[in-house]
Amino acid sequence: MKSKFVKMILKRVIQSVIILLLVTLMVFLVMQTIPGDPIQIFLGPTATKEQIEHYTKLFGYDQPVLVQYGRWILGLFRGEMGRSVTLQKEISEVIFQRLGATLMVVLPSFILAVIFGVTFGVAAALNRGKLIDSVVSFVANTGMAMPLFWLGILCIYFFALKLHILPVQGFVPPTKDLAECIRHLIIPVGILSLGPLASFTRQTRSAMLEVIRQDYVRTAQAKGLSRWDIILKHQLRNALIPIVTVMGGALGHMIGSTVVIESIFVIPGLGNLMITAIKSKDFMVVQNVVLILAAAVCFCNLTVDLLYGIIDPRIRDSK
Amino acid sequence: MSQRLLEIHNLSIEYHAEDAIVYAVNGLDVSLDYGETLGLVGETGAGKTTTALSSMRLLPDGIGKVSSGTILLDGVDVMKCSDAKIREMRGNVVSMISQDPMTSLNPVMTVGDQILEVLRIHNKGLSKAELNLAVDAMMEMVGIPAYRKNEYPHQFSGGMKQRIVIAIALVCEPKLILADEPTTALDVTIQAQMLAMISELKKRLNTAMILITHDLGVVAQTCEKVAVMYAGEIIEQGTAATIFEGRYWHPYTRGLFGAIPKLDEESDRLEAIDGLMPDPTEKMVGCRFAARCKSRGSHCGQAQSMWEVEPGHLIRCCLFDVERGNAQ
Amino acid sequence: MNAGNKRNSGNAKKARRFFRILFARKEIVLCIAILLIMVFCAIFAPFVAPYNPYKQDLTMSLQPMSAQHIFGTDQLGRDLLSRIIYGTRVSFSVGIVAVAIAGSVGMILGLTAGVAGGFVDSIIMRVMDAMMSIPMIILAIFLGSILGKGLGNVMLAVGISMIPGYARLMRGQALTIRESDYITAGIICGASTLRNVITHIVPNCVSPIIVLMTMNLGNAVLAEAGLSFLGLGINPPMASWGGMVSDGNTFLNTNPVIAIVPGIFVFLIVLCFNMVGDAVRDALDPRLRGTL
Repeated sequence: MKSKFVKMILKRVIQSVIILLLVTLMVFLVMQTIPGDPIQIFLGPTATKEQIEHYTKLFGYDQPVLVQYGRWILGLFRGEMGRSVTLQKEISEVIFQRLGATLMVVLPSFILAVIFGVTFGVAAALNRGKLIDSVVSFVANTGMAMPLFWLGILCIYFFALKLHILPVQGFVPPTKDLAECIRHLIIPVGILSLGPLASFTRQTRSAMLEVIRQDYVRTAQAKGLSRWDIILKHQLRNALIPIVTVMGGALGHMIGSTVVIESIFVIPGLGNLMITAIKSKDFMVVQNVVLILAAAVCFCNLTVDLLYGIIDPRIRDSK
Repeated sequence: MSQRLLEIHNLSIEYHAEDAIVYAVNGLDVSLDYGETLGLVGETGAGKTTTALSSMRLLPDGIGKVSSGTILLDGVDVMKCSDAKIREMRGNVVSMISQDPMTSLNPVMTVGDQILEVLRIHNKGLSKAELNLAVDAMMEMVGIPAYRKNEYPHQFSGGMKQRIVIAIALVCEPKLILADEPTTALDVTIQAQMLAMISELKKRLNTAMILITHDLGVVAQTCEKVAVMYAGEIIEQGTAATIFEGRYWHPYTRGLFGAIPKLDEESDRLEAIDGLMPDPTEKMVGCRFAARCKSRGSHCGQAQSMWEVEPGHLIRCCLFDVERGNAQ
Repeated sequence: MNAGNKRNSGNAKKARRFFRILFARKEIVLCIAILLIMVFCAIFAPFVAPYNPYKQDLTMSLQPMSAQHIFGTDQLGRDLLSRIIYGTRVSFSVGIVAVAIAGSVGMILGLTAGVAGGFVDSIIMRVMDAMMSIPMIILAIFLGSILGKGLGNVMLAVGISMIPGYARLMRGQALTIRESDYITAGIICGASTLRNVITHIVPNCVSPIIVLMTMNLGNAVLAEAGLSFLGLGINPPMASWGGMVSDGNTFLNTNPVIAIVPGIFVFLIVLCFNMVGDAVRDALDPRLRGTL
């Protein structure tokens, strides 16, 4: 029955491509409605007519809208994203550079959130009604309401300005100095992980509580299995489906949240790039960044679907 | 006195719900010898499943409490023994076949693995190959081809799922099987098959069994002894022969048999028993059936005892109070 | 007639039960109280605030907490407490309007997709999928960059970015109910599709939509605060808690109060919204626990 599953995944991949194309269309059309000519804004009020004409031609902004769109899409398939007006570089180059920094914040955050979130959630579910459950639930609720930017500023204030143990902001590439790199990343990674950690804790707890009531848990007990065996092999595996769903969504959300984190801590990532591009009206950059972020989210969703199939055999066999 | 397989003495079990206490079992006495089959009959809510669960110490954590009494299983005090000991006994000395096969199996584990699991825990010395052989043999014994052992529960029909449950229960050759309404959730056509298979396996492995059911017909087919439960108590006990013969009956049992349609008699209506079971959140003294009993009398309000109306046949009803000369 | 009376008393009973469950836990009552206080401040801000939040006084800039100015002043000499009180207006209005926009538009889109089916369904849901594949904050920033700054635009941007969630929910509900027997019965009796939709589908979907709305209020407020913090939200000199934190960032060393205190209020309002949202969900339909 494996081939049915493979077919389903392929179908989802094709769907994702269609969705991303739709994203490009929507983003492109929306950007066309923005008033203001990126070339003029870039060159400033002192630009001459010739200069404006020259650059407009250079970047292809004189072509009809449909052609501009077509060139962009075709370029994408070749791996090219066009040129940035403000940065005077190939956009794909810029995005690739920035992607590294963003991933260095997002990925460790996610892993931390997964490990601690699931652990706390299981602990809360197993000790239902006791103190540890209430504490964990309270902390989880708090974590989900926490405004990221505020927490960032709070941490900067305490750890950097008052206690002087961590740097205020900035980013050091790991190739240059690993220890400094980590020092600069501790606060951003820690803060970014809190929201998802809270969410995973809540979801794990409720999924485990659901599972605990199931008949097959009693069957497992009647076999004489030890408590841990039952938790790991019977309960957790069945609770994973809703947990994995939430994780997929959280990763997408985290990718968006990096915008705020990068802004506060001055990390040269994709989010920062997008903000500067918006402020300087560099449309091509904005379009491509949004596309990349959407692609990342689609990739996460696909991975989640793949994981569903691995975790739950019933899904492998169904439509 | 030789050891009996199961000896339950004055067992009382309470469920502590959020706003009330449910007195599920009240002063229950029952015992079983090695190799015997006991049919435990009663309506829903009589306390049959609760009694069975308690003999494996499987009452819901924190909610179910044994408030009094002792349970001796194969000589071991189930309530007082260590966690390790009771786990050693579960699946191995005593096992359970639960009611609903659709939900009793772990949906994300192969059926082979689920049978293997219980075998492995209680047979640490066996090698992987030996374990697999045993699993295959067990599957064949319940009528499922061994090549299907890497499939998942959702790929089997209800009847086949129940066979897997039976395989899990029997693979370690336990001394006692608790079969909680094993055929209720299945089609009528499969029921007979399933019962026949359970009986045969029981004979082959020389296991004792407590068959919980509300269906007297099933009891007649498979059980040597019968116990009738009502509102948390055993109100009648005897061999299948004496109970089905019907010379003496507790009024409730009379009602149960009266409600069975008979093909060889003419009648207008089935006899039903008026009223409902008493509220389990109220503690009662005296006969719990009195409110619905047609033969209600003045002594019904006092605590009732068991009376031996004929050899091997006990009834808990003041109507049979020999001393008072009230025997029917 | 009798049937009508029965329905009315059933509704009254349901309402009583709803409020009984909602107010059962002390924490929830506390959260509701806090929210009500904030609403009061929002509505009666001019009377509650001790100073004019827009009045600048550069001689009093960056004053620490004192008896005159409970939270001190910001860099332009404006009283912080007054600005925080006026900030409730921004937070509540964005929260409520954005969720209202998302809920109503999403509901219509979802219903249309679910009831019409076929090509219409596909188009609508593909567009929703495309929107959902862009992280919400990014989408809000993106829309905000088109619409420009300003309170109305923030409401619109945040609202639009939340539409897909409601559309998908509504569509799911419509699909489930469309298949159910009483719709078929309605069709057999000759009722038109629109009538079926209004009388059967909508009442049953109201419950999850309300739950989603209450739970999204917190997210909407967070989004506005984030946007204002990044300088893409409300227009100064309007008082938004997010914007205030951003302003305060520059003076973190000297006067951290400006940055920290408004953030506490953002946290508080979001926490209360979330907890009340959870309680509303539990009161309306605890079965939704795993899904929403």
